[in-house]
Amino acid sequence: MATTTGTATSRNTQGAPGSVLIRGGRLIDPSAGRDGFFDVLVENGRVAAVGEPGTLDPAQLAMPGIAGAAPVIDAAGLVVAPGFVDMHVHLREPGFEYKETIETGARAAVAGGVTSVACMANTDPVNDNAAVTLYILEKARKAGYANVFPIGAVSVGLAGERMAEFGEMVEAGIVAVSDDGMPVVDSALMRRALEYARMFKLPVIVHEEDPGLCCGAVMHEGRVSVRLGLKGMPSAGEAVMVARDIELLRISGGRLHIAHISCAEAVDMVRRAKSEGLDITAEAAPHHFMLDETAVEAYNTNAKMKPPLRSAADVEAVRKGLADGTIDAIATDHAPHHRDEKACEFDKAAFGIVGLETMLPLSLELVRRGYIDLSRMVDAMSTQPARVLGIGRGTLEVGAPADIVIFDPEREWTLRADGMATKSRNTPFDGWNLVGKAIRTLVGGIVVWEDEQ
Amino acid sequence: MALGSRHLLGLENVSATDIAVLLDTAESLVEVSRREVKKLPTLRGKTVVNLFVENSTRTRTSFEIAAKRLSADAVNISTSASSMTKGETLEDTARNLAAMAPDCIVVRHPASGAARFLAGVVDCSIINAGDGSHEHPTQALLDLLTIRQRMNPPGGGGGRDWKDLVVTIVGDILHSRVARSNLYGLRTLGAKIRLCGPPTLLPEEFRSFGAELYYDVGEAVKGADVIMMLRIQHERQMGNFFPSLNEYSRYYCLTADVVAKASPDVIILHPGPLNRGIEIASEVADGPYSVIMSQVANGVALRMAVLYQLIVPGADGIRGSEVSRTAVTAADTRAQAEGGDEVRTALRPAAPR
Repeated sequence: MATTTGTATSRNTQGAPGSVLIRGGRLIDPSAGRDGFFDVLVENGRVAAVGEPGTLDPAQLAMPGIAGAAPVIDAAGLVVAPGFVDMHVHLREPGFEYKETIETGARAAVAGGVTSVACMANTDPVNDNAAVTLYILEKARKAGYANVFPIGAVSVGLAGERMAEFGEMVEAGIVAVSDDGMPVVDSALMRRALEYARMFKLPVIVHEEDPGLCCGAVMHEGRVSVRLGLKGMPSAGEAVMVARDIELLRISGGRLHIAHISCAEAVDMVRRAKSEGLDITAEAAPHHFMLDETAVEAYNTNAKMKPPLRSAADVEAVRKGLADGTIDAIATDHAPHHRDEKACEFDKAAFGIVGLETMLPLSLELVRRGYIDLSRMVDAMSTQPARVLGIGRGTLEVGAPADIVIFDPEREWTLRADGMATKSRNTPFDGWNLVGKAIRTLVGGIVVWEDEQ
Repeated sequence: MALGSRHLLGLENVSATDIAVLLDTAESLVEVSRREVKKLPTLRGKTVVNLFVENSTRTRTSFEIAAKRLSADAVNISTSASSMTKGETLEDTARNLAAMAPDCIVVRHPASGAARFLAGVVDCSIINAGDGSHEHPTQALLDLLTIRQRMNPPGGGGGRDWKDLVVTIVGDILHSRVARSNLYGLRTLGAKIRLCGPPTLLPEEFRSFGAELYYDVGEAVKGADVIMMLRIQHERQMGNFFPSLNEYSRYYCLTADVVAKASPDVIILHPGPLNRGIEIASEVADGPYSVIMSQVANGVALRMAVLYQLIVPGADGIRGSEVSRTAVTAADTRAQAEGGDEVRTALRPAAPR
């Protein structure tokens, strides 16, 4: 399918993966400690060899039975990296196909250089049982773009009462549990979920929002909310829940992952918990390190999300948290909504924005501003999220699945919401001049995205 | 309303010059309401829609009378009558109204930002008649007009400057659009502003808007020239902003004892409707310092002024005194040609102060 910026092609239309030699690029693979000029040979959907430039001869290395030389992708002037892993997306299917489908979401992923996504359970029906998990996996297979890893619900129907059947869902293919979209309010349920998930080594991913402090609120509580007369969510609404869950983690011994961390207080708490050796990880969304509460001025409903865009000091804290590793991963919280759900009064507008196709250029902004280097950026976008989810990706070691992004960190382009691959248009970055773009995306050794140029 | 805007969405970015033009225009229209025939032909053939998606008797009536005194056709749509209750979106309601080609939509809505949203959807002028907790610019303008009349009474004798004025606003500041619009207007004119209420209803952030914060009403009104009381909503008890109306009243009711601490010629304002005995004692509301009925009377003249400035061709928004005064003169000429002799006198702005 062609968009205004490139072409996505399903793996299902391309036959079995052949051999590909990616030549002349700068390989950044933090999992192997590599950052330099290396060629990568892909065979049968996996990384077959990584070598000094010019040392891999596709003709000689071609597998027996494969005629001729492997196709060559010239990556000169580009970065070659393990495909990005977005561990926090909402694909909306089943139930909300008017916002996004697994197919359109997985296509938007590869357009952004993302080769694997983990999708949240707040669909209709909720992904709280194996039947829904298998449905998602089947739809993803039929789509043939990015790999899709379902996340199961913590509680049945996301109701926060009864624990869902983690075991059944693990056997069907979930990689984590989360009630994302909703906090787990009941502390006892949260404790038991952390403990029980240890059986399957599953991370419990938490959306931290105190319901009392945040009830009816639509943006960050601060100077802008006071000015606009909008009900605010204080940072404390996030921080008190992070504090609670760290204490629960202390007694449960499970694995806790804080989703879309957004305030300085929460970042500090995660930093302290890590220094104490607790098994805690965290992710941050590009909008939380690129925008602050002032983006809401003029009642811009595309700046409405949970957690809300916070103060400039919080943005700085998130950037520093990513720089020092307190925040392990960058994840988009890709949340498609129909135009009608945003073209309304601010109070009524849906929470969330799409993010898959802007993740790379916004993350590169942190590199340009000197917070992180390119290697750490790839680490946060590929290696770390794959490690948290335990999915065996985010690496280009020999033998790993050939999920590869080839991107141009200098490429300038203008985002047009109407030209995006996602089904929805709810982005605050429409019309922004961005720098950095995925030129080619390979999933399992097959090119599924090619930039127009 | 930014400069040159066709809309009046709030006072935050309205200049002192623009405020003066609106107040001057309103002042010249006050006299119309005292006549036997209270009608000018100025907006003949114009249509004003009052879209009230939230209950209001006073503001809606005030706008309706203002439109009618300028000979506009005024149509009222209130929540129960409109299709908003049938699940139609605000955008669709606005588009449908716009398709009927009104010249102005006056909107009251419970969501902050709703007026601004409408201004982005339709082509006609939008007047914000109160949007959630955000702004209520015509209320603040009529408050400013009422204050200015007392500062500078006709026939001289006053002549005080805004910068010498201490204004105390008491009540639920957090949720008050009246407080915000007054805060912006008074700040622009240079008055000293004190805000008073329990800490739950008075966020610290208001300091950065140029106001002093008080939790004790006696301290807050000490030496004040103007006291503006806000209506307290009994629903706020449910959010635990205060324990009970009884306790709220114990600390924040404006009684004669409290008024005694203010300036000897203090004036007392209230946007209404009054909660007698809760935020304001009856003896104060009905007493010699109260200007509450003047506010209501001024409301009509002020809204006539706003409708005039926004709708009349050639007035083209509120760009500043020079442009607007020229526009007023041009409109005068047209109205006169149409036989409205009295308009000329009525619409001449007061002399610059």
